[in-house]
Amino acid sequence: MLEIEDLHVEVGNKEILHDINLRIEKGETHVLMGPNGSGKSTLLMAIMGFSGPRVTKGLIVFKGKDITDMPVNERAKMGIGIMFQRPPTIAGLKLGKLLNVVKRGNDQTIEDYAKSLNMEALLNRDINRGFSGGEIKRSEVLQLIVQKPDFMLLDEPESGVDLENMALMGRSIAHLLEKDRHLVHREKGGLIITHTGYILDYLDADGGHVLIDGEIRCHGNPREILKVVKRSGYRECLKCPQI
Amino acid sequence: MPADIKGLGDLPQQEKERLRQTGLEEDMTKRAGSYFQINQEVIQAGSQAEGIEVLPISEALEKYDELKEYYWKAVPKEKDKYTAYVARQKEPRGVFIRAREGAKTVLPLQACLYLAAERVQHVHNIIIAEKGAEVHLISGCASATHNVAGAHIGVTEFYVGEGAKITSTMIHSWGAKISVFPRSAAFIEKGGTFLSNYVCLQPVKKIEMYPTAFLRGEGAMARFSSIVMALPASTFDIGSRAILGEKGSSAELITRAITRGGNVISRGHVVGASDGTKGHIECRGLILGDGLIHAIPEIEGKVMGTELSHEAAVGKIAREEIEYLMARGLTEEESTATIIRGFLDVKIQGLPDVLQKQIDAAIDAAEKGF
Ligand SMILES: Nc1ncnc2c1ncn2[C@@H]1O[C@H](COP(=O)(O)OP(=O)(O)OP(=O)(O)O)[C@@H](O)[C@H]1O
Ligand SMILES: [Mg+2]
Repeated sequence: MLEIEDLHVEVGNKEILHDINLRIEKGETHVLMGPNGSGKSTLLMAIMGFSGPRVTKGLIVFKGKDITDMPVNERAKMGIGIMFQRPPTIAGLKLGKLLNVVKRGNDQTIEDYAKSLNMEALLNRDINRGFSGGEIKRSEVLQLIVQKPDFMLLDEPESGVDLENMALMGRSIAHLLEKDRHLVHREKGGLIITHTGYILDYLDADGGHVLIDGEIRCHGNPREILKVVKRSGYRECLKCPQI
Repeated sequence: MPADIKGLGDLPQQEKERLRQTGLEEDMTKRAGSYFQINQEVIQAGSQAEGIEVLPISEALEKYDELKEYYWKAVPKEKDKYTAYVARQKEPRGVFIRAREGAKTVLPLQACLYLAAERVQHVHNIIIAEKGAEVHLISGCASATHNVAGAHIGVTEFYVGEGAKITSTMIHSWGAKISVFPRSAAFIEKGGTFLSNYVCLQPVKKIEMYPTAFLRGEGAMARFSSIVMALPASTFDIGSRAILGEKGSSAELITRAITRGGNVISRGHVVGASDGTKGHIECRGLILGDGLIHAIPEIEGKVMGTELSHEAAVGKIAREEIEYLMARGLTEEESTATIIRGFLDVKIQGLPDVLQKQIDAAIDAAEKGF
């Protein structure tokens, strides 16, 4: 579903990502770990096509199509969706109004969607204005639920979310990723950035990657990676490219 | 203009549509009273509301001697050449509105000033809310669709009595060759509230105004909100001023300005001249073309117990915001229009729903052009 080949990305005039190679098959969900500042969010933003990170070399291929130079909204149309780590506030734009625009043809009402995430009270607020950390996360998931992308880029879905809402979010994300469908029928996939791995309590991931200083330094089973990092830190990942 | 026009309903369809966009309602059951002037001719004046009078100013001057106490008191005759021009007129035009003590309208009053022929339109309006009264006025000012050149000079004096409230919502829809010079001021007494809203998102040659609110009683409050868009060849020189003259009085001056190629000078001036007073100026500007936005906020504290602040920001739409919406599948154009719509969305506290709806509708009508 998603292939990244030899990707180099600059932010400002500095190369942040060097020679990234990554492959995620249809129906697969992978997790991305790595120390603060290693370039994880930058990678997600480059995949979505934001103008901040600039691709200087390499390819991003989605559903067999080279999307490296495609505008953000066309990538969204092709089925990529993103949950931001730090989304901007848009003054005067109500969350509910945006959801109605994103929803386009579909019959289910925004209120029903909002209820499923305990979010009715936020529909009438300017998007992200004064949202708490956990509210931002839930609002991002709610937007994805309405948008229904085929491939989801999730930037730290669990950080700042309380335990009760975490269960709600975890289940919603698992549903979005069709974790409740049998493997062979599963068509949706994703790439999830996580520091804690809590999200793995709600869904199984099919692969894990560790990004250190802008390079993917190891691939492997996500739970194994988590265990190693917890025990000995990211240094350990440098020693072993395959955990 | 043909002589058989008795009201809004008699205007040609296209012109009616234009006036509707300025918030004017043909169906008088939705309005408490109405004043309609085409060029210099008074077409209609009257009120259905108890305790509220709507008269042509000339008639009111004849009828009420006490009007002298209000006429040219908030706005000085000799203020500038425009006020002097209006003061010179032998046949004054404009509307007199008075809400007697305690009278309140649920429905707004409307005043329509329509410029159809090639000349100067002048008006002098007096709006009075006596003690505890409440008046909501919507004035639509427009010029005929056919492209006439002209000027509109309007003096308006507001008198907000003790504990009274006046909201004045003015929606303009002029033409590209019309220049407009409103000259207004408000006296606000103890516990009184004055809300003034101004919306102009259509072409105009020039608008120049700088209304002043004099807060003359304890706890008096004024709020000016302006929403303007300067299209190419339009110039807005707009501002508002508040003199916080009595204890605990407060004022807020809010502006949202967009330029798509025209010029906007956004002025603001708050004078804190008494203890426990509060004033705030907020100006946000979006530059969407090769235009200019020049924000000039001034705050002037004269006593220790005043608290004044201002906040001004001018720039383009943040790329990050556009891309956020594009990531949800909106095109770049849709994203931009959505952000501009939000930018202009100033919800005005204390404004009746009908009037907020009119402001929203004016923005919706302009949205096609974002
Ligand atoms: N506009 C910018 N100018 C300069 N450096 C930037 C800019 N944006 C990001 N960076 C830098 O790029 C690096 C990667 O940032 P990124 O946000 O991708 O990290 P991350 O792995 O997501 O970290 P975290 O776990 O803290 O979220 C950081 O060192 C960051 O400071
Ligand atoms: Mg990050």
